[in-house]
Amino acid sequence: MSRKSPTRRSPFLALYAALVFAFIYLPIVVLILYSFNRDGVGGFPPRHLTLDWYSQLFADGAIWDSVVNSLLVASGAVALSLILGLLAALALDRASFPGKALFRRLVLLPLILPGIITGLSLEMLAVFAGMHLSLLTVFLGHGTALISVATTELFAGLQKIDREQEEASLDLGATPWQTFWRITLPNLKISLIAAGLLIFTLSMDEIAVAFFLTGRDNTLPLEIWGRLRRGITPEINAVSTIIFAVSVALIIIWYRIRMRGVSTEAQQLLERP
Amino acid sequence: MYSRTYKTLVSAPPLLWVGLFLLLPYALMFAHSFWAVQDGTLVHHWNLTNYQKLFTNSLYAEVLFRTMRIAASVMLCSLLLGYPLAYYLSFHSGARKELLYQLVIVPLWVSYLVRGYAWKTILGSEGVLNGFLQYFHITHEPVSVLLYSPFAVVLVLTHIYTPFVFLPIYASLEHIPRPLVEASQDLGAAPISTFFRVILPLSMPGLLAGATFAFVLSLGDFLAPLLVGGSSGTMIANIVQTLFGATYDWPLGAAISVCILLITLSLLFFAERLERRWSFK
Repeated sequence: MSRKSPTRRSPFLALYAALVFAFIYLPIVVLILYSFNRDGVGGFPPRHLTLDWYSQLFADGAIWDSVVNSLLVASGAVALSLILGLLAALALDRASFPGKALFRRLVLLPLILPGIITGLSLEMLAVFAGMHLSLLTVFLGHGTALISVATTELFAGLQKIDREQEEASLDLGATPWQTFWRITLPNLKISLIAAGLLIFTLSMDEIAVAFFLTGRDNTLPLEIWGRLRRGITPEINAVSTIIFAVSVALIIIWYRIRMRGVSTEAQQLLERP
Repeated sequence: MYSRTYKTLVSAPPLLWVGLFLLLPYALMFAHSFWAVQDGTLVHHWNLTNYQKLFTNSLYAEVLFRTMRIAASVMLCSLLLGYPLAYYLSFHSGARKELLYQLVIVPLWVSYLVRGYAWKTILGSEGVLNGFLQYFHITHEPVSVLLYSPFAVVLVLTHIYTPFVFLPIYASLEHIPRPLVEASQDLGAAPISTFFRVILPLSMPGLLAGATFAFVLSLGDFLAPLLVGGSSGTMIANIVQTLFGATYDWPLGAAISVCILLITLSLLFFAERLERRWSFK
């Protein structure tokens, strides 16, 4: 038996895969490279490397205001969507009620619908309810749309939980409330942190929904968007490079937490008699 | 084992929230599409004129068809890039599999806007690509057709959605029992026929999920056309956005949105049915 599929060599396929990777990464590399280019974006090759664009960026008050706005919106969205997503996941896992199938689909809808539909329909609601568009409406929009992500992640987490622990806790006389705080929630810790990080990143980057829900204050993507309409400057490359670096750092953290989750699950399996 | 109170307490808040902040807004959009604007204010006269306008004015059909063409191209291109990549990772990458997988995931987390912007700086007539071409004397004047065209929109959206398409395909390839593949080879099937008769059919659910995702998300995109599309790359969502902004005709905008919503939902419905037919258990 010399033919084993996983080790069979196929140079053509490997080359093709390398080209796809190049396509995915080339724009990001170009973006980062030109954030250090004194002569601005464009021209080839980039020369006269400089950090001027970064110092200009750090002195730019409007950008930092928008970063603070984005952080506020994202933190709020994480809290809101985790609470409602946790309840929704518990409901889908444990309760039966009329319209459950419809509810499941409705919750997940913002994940697959184009952002413009979610954004516009929420704008209509805000206007209908007489609310002024502001960071509050952006927070409500992100929080609501991202319940989908929280529900999927936490539902998957709930499916892996050992039910017997909860049963034992209830049988031994703990109230459902105590069981929830002392058994269910600790068991979901890793799913909660992983979902929270994912939601935070998604909210920080989101633009289509925020586009329709924002008032006078901009989130970071909207601030960048506004500047792009006026023209390209390497300052945008600099801020994009920083966003990229922060995203990569968050993924590594997210990935570590996930891996730890997997290893503790493996441990639990091993420890089980 | 869970009491009635427990079940009510966990289901009531998300049900109420989803009803108020998802169902009601979609219903409002539906209602708006049957209302009208008179002298710059919204009036609640129920009518069908918005839909009549959509079907009689050929501009809307034209843009809708262009949008569908762009979305279909994006779907096709990201499948052509994403499927072989997923196949390579799943079957041929050996020990580097985990690392390469992470490398595909990273760009998924990188801002949509950042990636769109990166292409704008590359494709522009003063951009990086033109600088490169002139530096190596391949062209002598800037090529200006790259940016502000449907081509640029397809390129940017393909770049954004290839990792999205990759994910479900990779997941379904990973779920294929390896003994099936080995059996096919041992029984004398050529690699090509093993691929087309064993691997491809078994990865169909992932392929369908990825394809739907790319098509649906491209269909409703309005940012990439604004960024790199120019006037020849205008898509249907751009019309909606103008109707809600400068033009102030919410009912007509809502009618188009309802159309986008219906197209999306019916595509999802068909994809789900197809997926069920192809999945094996």
